[in-house]
Amino acid sequence: MSDYIIKATDIKKYFGGVKALDGVNIEIKKGEIHCLAGENGCGKSTIINIISGFYTPDSGTIEIDGMKYEKMNPKQAIANGVQVIYQDLSLFPNLTVMENLAINMEVAASRKFVSKTRMRKIAEEAIAKIGFEIDLDETVENLTVGMRQMIAISRALLNDAKLIIMDEPTTAITKREVKALFKIIKQLQAQGIAVLFVSHKLDEVFEIAERFTIFRNGKNVAAGNTKELDQNKFTYYMTGREIVSSRYEYTRENAPTVLEVKNLSLKNGFKDVSFCLKQGEIIGITGLLGSGRTELAETLFGYHVADSGQILIEDKPVEIRSIKAAIEHGIGYLPSDRVTEGLFLSQPIADNISIEKWHEYANCLGKIDRTKVEEMTRYWAKELSIALHNIEDPVGTLSGGNQQKCVLAKWLAIDLKVLILNGPTVGVDIGAKFDIYELVKRLAKQGLTVIIISDDLPEVLTNCNRVMVMRSGRLVETLSTQSLEESHLAELAN
Amino acid sequence: MNLQKTVKSTEFYVALIILLLCMVIQMKSGQFFTGNNLVDIVRAFSVPAMFCIGEMFVIITGGVDVSFPAIASLSMFVVCSQLEDVAANPLPYFLVAMLIGLAVGILNGVIIAHFKFPALIVTLGTSSICFGIMQGVFKSREYPLCAPLKEFGEMNLFSATNPVSGLTSNMPVGVVLMIVLVFFGWFILNRTMLGRGIYAIGGDVKAAQRAGFNVFGILVFIYAFSGCMAGLIGVLRSTMLLAVHPNNLEGMEMTVIAACVLGGVRMTGGKGSVLGAMLGMALLIIVDNSLILLGISTIWKKVFIGAIIIIGTAASAIEVKRNERKLAIKMNEGGK
Repeated sequence: MSDYIIKATDIKKYFGGVKALDGVNIEIKKGEIHCLAGENGCGKSTIINIISGFYTPDSGTIEIDGMKYEKMNPKQAIANGVQVIYQDLSLFPNLTVMENLAINMEVAASRKFVSKTRMRKIAEEAIAKIGFEIDLDETVENLTVGMRQMIAISRALLNDAKLIIMDEPTTAITKREVKALFKIIKQLQAQGIAVLFVSHKLDEVFEIAERFTIFRNGKNVAAGNTKELDQNKFTYYMTGREIVSSRYEYTRENAPTVLEVKNLSLKNGFKDVSFCLKQGEIIGITGLLGSGRTELAETLFGYHVADSGQILIEDKPVEIRSIKAAIEHGIGYLPSDRVTEGLFLSQPIADNISIEKWHEYANCLGKIDRTKVEEMTRYWAKELSIALHNIEDPVGTLSGGNQQKCVLAKWLAIDLKVLILNGPTVGVDIGAKFDIYELVKRLAKQGLTVIIISDDLPEVLTNCNRVMVMRSGRLVETLSTQSLEESHLAELAN
Repeated sequence: MNLQKTVKSTEFYVALIILLLCMVIQMKSGQFFTGNNLVDIVRAFSVPAMFCIGEMFVIITGGVDVSFPAIASLSMFVVCSQLEDVAANPLPYFLVAMLIGLAVGILNGVIIAHFKFPALIVTLGTSSICFGIMQGVFKSREYPLCAPLKEFGEMNLFSATNPVSGLTSNMPVGVVLMIVLVFFGWFILNRTMLGRGIYAIGGDVKAAQRAGFNVFGILVFIYAFSGCMAGLIGVLRSTMLLAVHPNNLEGMEMTVIAACVLGGVRMTGGKGSVLGAMLGMALLIIVDNSLILLGISTIWKKVFIGAIIIIGTAASAIEVKRNERKLAIKMNEGGK
């Protein structure tokens, strides 16, 4: 018997000549909560796939509970109690909770026929493991992401799990659901189950993990106890550069008003929202998912039409009844889901960045001047330091951070008065995150008014000069971020 | 299933529409609930309904099969024109047709599952190939039915005569095949792990793979099954028409897909029930058969069917929207 549930030593893995892992080590003790951090492409998912037996390493050894393996297949990994909860959760949205919980066991047992009673028994056993209550006959697509996660966890526990790997479990869930998740993780630990928690959010790492491992470019850069870690060290390990963040200071008290909203309401969205933004301000909007913050942004951008209230731009009342009208009034919107709402993933980077300028670049027959498109793309790629090979590559080939910069570039290319950013750094690496922060602050200094909608309280505090808190569709508080404590803001937001 | 869920289901609405429609037709014409009319409807229903089962399997996995009319026509024509007088009973004809269908179906399945090509394009291709072979190699044309199949076609379960008009309609033996196939489809989908696999693939292919389902095998199975059944149905159709009409089934794919959608089978995969698809088909057939009874020119048939498809699709789209809203409200409440 060994103290370690898993010990991976000097693991190397190549994909067609590209080095994904270059001799990394990771050791997880029995019953500990271990955090694995690193930027996109650092080899996090590769090591997960190696530990769970989906990839065979090119060299190195894996030791599970004292047993050495050179090659391991997924079945062996499962037999040894290794379970992975993928970011997409691997659930079937169209099936019931019961079927989702039981189906893996039934397939593994090579069943030919369906037995509802047997499935129900398995499902009941599964949810009992974490003391979670749910209607087993509900279809999974009707549940929130947090509840789906609980289902994925209970399912993983069915196979006598000793190590549960969670791949970025907190990216898509609300603060409240994160709390519930952490409670469950602690509960698992009490049962002697180790958890490998993949995340790049420092506050979460501090809160939950005892030990950490950080990868960068397929190599170990640090490992140890989380107690020894702080924000600066963490960012340095992840990115390899020193990043100092400063709070945004707004000094132009006499600046003109750019956007004013009076008693704006949208059915099933928000009610009686009023606020006033000056030129060059960065204002944060925070609140739980479903607090109406996204609906508010979408209404300002003309995606919904407000039921009542008034919107004024530069003191003139305007009607925003369509997205086109919003853009004409100088309002840009970076949606929370850039993949489905902000970009044409399979289209060239150049087209994605230049799309709002096409009508300008087109001649009378509608033919677009490609040299102008190229010129402007190169300009913005340089300006925002977008890392790209070829501007004709599909935008989907870029990393999350660079994709987000492309959405930003699209809006910056046209003359905006107000830019609304909805979760601008979700799924974005720390390095790119700070690039985006610096860019936003620079633009605001030049006179752009920015609205940042975010759950990430440190993000709001360091980048905004004011913050508005929304709850159940109402604007409950507007505060200056000067000397505002994070804990106080957290209380208001929840 | 509890009452609330039943009332909310697509199947319930389609059944309700069918019921209302039948009553309207009955009131207007007094001819709907007569023996011969009901027999006629079941007769017209049986062939498309059988196609529905195979198509459903495919749509639930997230694909679509538009090649079955071509497969059915090809196997029917080859069997009837090449095997004339080979056997004295109809069984070998059916078996050979099923084998031809199976071969084309496996081809569909392997290409779609292995190369991950879009099912619509692949089956459009095989459809064209099948029609082409039938017309080019076998010089398809109207053809008399050979004796054993003709005998089979003339067998009736029972006949119904309308006392007013004196018209007689016969219930073909093929209806038994339909009942067997419908039950088989229901059994596979609801009672076997294979069926769960079909739904699982439609829900999330990657998750199905990770759960240990043999995704390749299941996909090949459903296309092979669809093809094999198409072969069988092709020959059955010729026995019901008592002649070989090689182009009679062209366009059937639209009716069958429409019936599935109408009955709540989700085009993007993962959802659908045998009951729903059957009700959808019943609705289309009743509209098709009964416009004459209502004194509406058959020219309007296509308009009616088109309108029903749009209304049916819109209804399910609205339902999805409503569910989204509900979820948002649920989250709102959680936030208080």
